[in-house]
Amino acid sequence: MAKRSAPEVNAGSMADIAFLLLIFFLVTTTIETDSGINRKLPPMEEIEDPPIIKQKNIFSVVVNKNNQLLVEEELTDIDDLRRLAVEFLDNGGGEGEEACDFCLGARDPKSSDNPDKAIISLKNDRETSYKVYIAVQNELVAAYNVLRDREFLRLFPNERMNFVDANKKYTDPRTSPEEKERLKPKLDEVKLMFPQKLSEAEPSKTN
Amino acid sequence: MSKFKKKKGGDLPAISTASLPDIVFMLLFFFMVATVMRDSTLMVKNQLPVADQIQKLDKKDRVMYIYAGAPSSRYVDKYGALPRIQLNDKFATVSEVGAFVLAERASKREELQNVLTTALKVDGETKMGLITDIKQELRKVNALKINYTTRVGAYSQNID
Repeated sequence: MAKRSAPEVNAGSMADIAFLLLIFFLVTTTIETDSGINRKLPPMEEIEDPPIIKQKNIFSVVVNKNNQLLVEEELTDIDDLRRLAVEFLDNGGGEGEEACDFCLGARDPKSSDNPDKAIISLKNDRETSYKVYIAVQNELVAAYNVLRDREFLRLFPNERMNFVDANKKYTDPRTSPEEKERLKPKLDEVKLMFPQKLSEAEPSKTN
Repeated sequence: MSKFKKKKGGDLPAISTASLPDIVFMLLFFFMVATVMRDSTLMVKNQLPVADQIQKLDKKDRVMYIYAGAPSSRYVDKYGALPRIQLNDKFATVSEVGAFVLAERASKREELQNVLTTALKVDGETKMGLITDIKQELRKVNALKINYTTRVGAYSQNID
């Protein structure tokens, strides 16, 4: 009788398994990208005779050197900032030409006329901590996003997503150009309804 | 007959190592893809603040980075503990920011020069004075698109 050894395990499919794993990881891992709050700085040149803005259309937010928050001259907790900003932007107190037909706010004549007129003025001290400043910025951007989400869902219920998701999809490089083309006018329309008018004053000196 | 002869338990067959290269390549590719190259070594503390209303940063080649924060512990002896700006691999003063931005802009392809974003990677403990100074410098050289780079999380983590 011939001596027989067990047959060798076929390793041919090992490579396939390896590639399968490789592709799995390739698909599931996302390269870590930085993210943050995008802002646009105002250009340097001075504007000749600046437009006169009514006091009621300005929502002033001041962060002092002790990181305390003053909203419309009143000491406020940051947890209330988003709500107050939404109330201000969504107020729609204007009449006639300045009326805002989509606003759901209180229509308080002492608050903003319409979202297009409403300006949030953010002022910080040189001693303000960056962390707190970012938290305030975050809440103000959130207020805009809350309102934009609402209008986007109302105007385009077929999209089945809110403004933030749609914007994310629009900026995602994986989205097809046709899809982007389709989303762009919708996003622009909502952006125009609630334009982000966030003005930052030149910093005050510490005293 | 002998067609269904029971196999004798001879020597154990050697496990084939033919797939070892594949596995190694797989790992290699994985790490190649997943690693983020950091082009400059950090010399400042960089505990970024937290935010949740964030947008992704543009493609790498359209971004220039400005770091700021207190110098890391091994540089404290030499540079002190006050927050400083780091550009590329060295500490810089506020007045150098403009020149840095112009140099960065010149090094990019022409079609990208107008769409550059400046990412401010600033430590959360920094005072706004320094950041305001940087922003003024950026305005002077007309680099108006900025991004406050943050980590993802609820804003309340910033307030202690």
